[in-house]
Amino acid sequence: MERKVGIIGVAYSKFGVRNDVNFNELAYESFKEAINSSNIDLKDISFLIVSNVGVWSSEPLPAVSLGEYLGLIGIGTLRVEAACASGSAAIKIAYDMIKSGEHEVIAVIGIEKMNESTTPIVVEMIGRAGNYFWEFENFGLTFPGYYALYATAYMNKYGAKEEDLCEVAIKNHYYGARNPKAHFQKEVTLEECMNSRYVAWPLKLYDCSPISDGSATVILASEDFIRKSGVKEPIWIRSIGASNDTSNLSKRENFLSLKATVEAADKAYKKANIDKDKLTKIFDVIEVHDCFTIAEILACEDLGLFKRGEGYKIIREKQTYIGGMIPVNLSGGLKAKGHPLGATGISMLVELVKQLKYEVEKQRQADIKNGLALAHNVGGTGHYAYVTILSR
Amino acid sequence: MQRIIYDEGIKKLEEFAKENKKILGFPIIPDQKLGTALWVSNREIRIKYIISVEKIKKFFEGLFEGKIYATKCLSCNELYFPPQTECGKCRMENVEWVELSGEGELITFTKIFVKPYSFSHYEDYIIGIAKLKEGINVTAWIEEKDIQKIKIGSKVRLKVTKRLPEEYLTYVITIIE
Ligand SMILES: [Zn+2]
Repeated sequence: MERKVGIIGVAYSKFGVRNDVNFNELAYESFKEAINSSNIDLKDISFLIVSNVGVWSSEPLPAVSLGEYLGLIGIGTLRVEAACASGSAAIKIAYDMIKSGEHEVIAVIGIEKMNESTTPIVVEMIGRAGNYFWEFENFGLTFPGYYALYATAYMNKYGAKEEDLCEVAIKNHYYGARNPKAHFQKEVTLEECMNSRYVAWPLKLYDCSPISDGSATVILASEDFIRKSGVKEPIWIRSIGASNDTSNLSKRENFLSLKATVEAADKAYKKANIDKDKLTKIFDVIEVHDCFTIAEILACEDLGLFKRGEGYKIIREKQTYIGGMIPVNLSGGLKAKGHPLGATGISMLVELVKQLKYEVEKQRQADIKNGLALAHNVGGTGHYAYVTILSR
Repeated sequence: MQRIIYDEGIKKLEEFAKENKKILGFPIIPDQKLGTALWVSNREIRIKYIISVEKIKKFFEGLFEGKIYATKCLSCNELYFPPQTECGKCRMENVEWVELSGEGELITFTKIFVKPYSFSHYEDYIIGIAKLKEGINVTAWIEEKDIQKIKIGSKVRLKVTKRLPEEYLTYVITIIE
């Protein structure tokens, strides 16, 4: 009999250009709030997992740096990297460690401080997040460039327009404007989006998530610990599905779908006994990986929420707002909430836990009927994918 | 050229830090928006990777002769591009080098406007992925500079070319029709 794993403390810091704090101080913000919300003692934590891509930030051993600063030494720690999906990868490791019976309480901290380097260097390092020799060295792909290859193919096949991509940005900025911790807290218009400059054609500045700093912390605990310590209203991890795909994009079968998402979702649905034909009725709220607007459209289709080629139409009809078929990215998503890589996947869980407990700002609170939520976190351009299902 | 803008930004930052070392005694500057104190590190490194191509030398010999090679696993017939001389599926090392036709069609493309630092000396460039007759895909720059003239499904041919200003041989996608 496998043990259940619950989430007993959550928080994320303000996302944005956080030049007011250093690496450790940024982690402290979410760590303090998560510990306080969990009512546990530091002594209860038997392992620290840190999700951080690094490269652009100065601390070479982030897990060690945070261990010292947060008073978590003498327990064991490691740093996890799965590009933009590092956070979900870290959660999966902690989840498996607790489920196995080896640990009772684990702290998982995701952090990224991207603004410790200049923008051209960040563009360079993130552009190398594919295959270095065959894609970057000779052809200088960039992160928006990778997703633009998908956008071009998708638009050509299904007739989506740049305006349709902008609809994703408009929605996510709408909710970001209602999330005090979001990187961008202002709404955008279709005109502003369409008039923004090209970054990687057909993607424009407003199709792209920003270069963000931020941290997020989740405290995971075993069912036994939760029962004994009398934690009220834990949120349970029902399942985690993971997959990966080729390093070289040229080896992908098509540019209309991220296969790793489809596979990760299938695994997560199967483990949680979710009926794939009723997804929009089963889940109350979903966070998907919208590093670019096209990514949210692909995610909705790859998760099986909408039919292939229908995603952009359904989004255009505002069916992914509160009150629509299924609310998606009520946090503002990566697009408006921000995308501090290592923190992103963990912040998705923080958001969903708060949604399930009716703890987010009223204007962006989903109606919780079934008490089920889903987080979808991609690393690179479908290189890694994780789907996590939570329940009340 | 984006390189000039990038370099000016870094130069300004360094001059500001240098100036403040004289005034304050430290390389501390205020953040442009928040006014918060930022330490501009005195240390800098240059990273240049040195990568082994010993096992795929044949690929570069091919380029020198104007040919583009892939490898084919002799036990499972898998065609590899980028070429690799070991087949992870079979765990075998018996591959043969096969010259690619270079002919195929374009399956997707993009134009890079915001460039990585190490590509910021180039004009905006177009990257495409072509599906070759042999069934494998190849990523490369597209020679055509006008994105309006490029369509998914365009017939293309791969060509060996010299990349300037670095002066090394690589391959490029040319649009035929
Ligand atoms: Zn083989």
